[in-house]
Amino acid sequence: MIWAVALALAAVIAAGTYLASSRDLLRCLIGLALVGNGINLLVFASGRLLSQMPPFVASGAQQLAVAANPLPQALVLTAIVISFVLLCFSLVLAIRLLQTAGSADTAKLRAAEPVAVEGSKPALEETA
Amino acid sequence: MLVLTPLLVPLATALVCLLLPPAWQQRASLAGALLLPACGLALAGEVVSNGPLTVVAGGWPLPFGIEFAADRLSAALVLVAALMLNVVLLWQAGGSADAAPAAPTLQPLLQGLVAGAGAAFVTADLFNLYVWFELTLICALGLLALRGGLRQLDATLKYFVLNVFGTLLLLAAVALLYAATGQLNFRALGAATAALPAGIALPLLTLLSLAFLIKAAAFPFFAWLPASYHTLPAPLLALFSALLAKIGLYALVRTLGAVFQPAPDLLFAVLGWIAVVSMLSGALGAAYHWDLRRILAFHSISQIGYILLAIALASPAGNAAAILFMLHHSLVKAALILTAALIFHACGHYDLRRVGGLYAGRPGLSLVFLLLALSLIGIPPSSGFWSKFLVVRQTLLQGEYLWAAFALAAGAVTLYSMLKIWLEAFWKPHPDESWRAPANDRLLPAHAALGGLLLLILSFGLLPESWIAYVMAAADSLRGGS
Repeated sequence: MIWAVALALAAVIAAGTYLASSRDLLRCLIGLALVGNGINLLVFASGRLLSQMPPFVASGAQQLAVAANPLPQALVLTAIVISFVLLCFSLVLAIRLLQTAGSADTAKLRAAEPVAVEGSKPALEETA
Repeated sequence: MLVLTPLLVPLATALVCLLLPPAWQQRASLAGALLLPACGLALAGEVVSNGPLTVVAGGWPLPFGIEFAADRLSAALVLVAALMLNVVLLWQAGGSADAAPAAPTLQPLLQGLVAGAGAAFVTADLFNLYVWFELTLICALGLLALRGGLRQLDATLKYFVLNVFGTLLLLAAVALLYAATGQLNFRALGAATAALPAGIALPLLTLLSLAFLIKAAAFPFFAWLPASYHTLPAPLLALFSALLAKIGLYALVRTLGAVFQPAPDLLFAVLGWIAVVSMLSGALGAAYHWDLRRILAFHSISQIGYILLAIALASPAGNAAAILFMLHHSLVKAALILTAALIFHACGHYDLRRVGGLYAGRPGLSLVFLLLALSLIGIPPSSGFWSKFLVVRQTLLQGEYLWAAFALAAGAVTLYSMLKIWLEAFWKPHPDESWRAPANDRLLPAHAALGGLLLLILSFGLLPESWIAYVMAAADSLRGGS
């Protein structure tokens, strides 16, 4: 089981890294979201996938029998919410950028860092 | 409960601001901001007299409960965050000199940013630390995009991609550390990691440090900082420069200097060289630029290098120097950025090629800039001198002569950047001969904010004994003293 998860994790992170290094705005952001989900899977698997039993202590017993580790599940819920928030923000940002800049090519997005003028001098910048 | 105030006060203020109509937001935000330094001072007083404070959520026994702990280091950084929040709100009250637009999201995001930073300074749980990094990140993104122009959106994208990569690495490191040790609480995690074989501990700690180095804008991971900071309104730029990279640096001091101590020597050796290259590349990058905001933002990377160098010394005295330098850099860099905003207000530009004549037009501003620049360069007796002195002296004492030589060389390049601003903005006549310095409209709050910061910086420089004694005690208590 853990090896299947490890393989899935490797595939998702590889695909995400490949997309994230794209020059296309949307691919880049989707790639980052994929890497984020891959790492969420890592958080989930960090408690080991030994059992599917819910972690309840049987009545009368003092110790938990073999059961799923609940802590990584709580952690991964938090991480999923956070990565979803960031994905939503990044998509809105992408839409606004597409509308304002009119291009999805990240190499052409130079508004914040204009190309040097006269060979090597820093360009004069807008103030606001 | 006092331990939780750096988180609860700004978070509650942010929520209240969200519910209030825009006209009331500023007042509610100011009320919360004024409460925060009081909490910070109470926390510092309690920590100094009674030792570190802790609170465990729900009263669960450790290591199962989620713990918050504050020591001298936490209290000092919480105070810096509280002070900077008040400076920003005071500056905003005037509404001029490159103030942020009064959008309805401004106050909640500001308070959220400070809540994330304050909580990161007092948490004693690794996963919690990750959550506070994310809270700070999302609020910073909102503030970056606040003006909504193409420059800001472009800057937000670059900031987003590079910083999210950093937090993803952090989350991966947290997950792997948990998988290896089964602990997240700092104390339990430290003990469990010390028992790990070196072949497992080293890669895990390297991954964790790598994530913090991205957040701290160290070489070669600093690209997000000069790509985005200069598009911010001046008070927010001051807040970001004073606070954001500091969270990454704080996390490095906390993890390498306390939690995972003794961390592997190899990490510190690499960190030392990263620090050296950060110092030099930051100073050289600043020397290239002509836009005041870019010079000052880029220069932060050089100062971050000094702090990293002090951390890389891996000794209590080195940690003390790092903490002192963090306090110095937060105050002085923020004050310099606010000075740049006043230069902008007088001349209408941030670019040094389009400003000038301020020595005659604004003698008071010239004096303020001179004092701050001398402090940044490290001319005695200034806060910068004491901070650099502590770093370089400790580097020499530990026999790292090459690192010390590079630190002094980076100081010389800093001198060049500050001289450039002085010559171009103050001594040079204004390029437009018909230019006259405008009246100081609505600048009283801005002057008050900058004046308050300047007084604090001057007292730091002239009376350093109490500051140095405080950071020495803070570095000692990092390693489990009181």
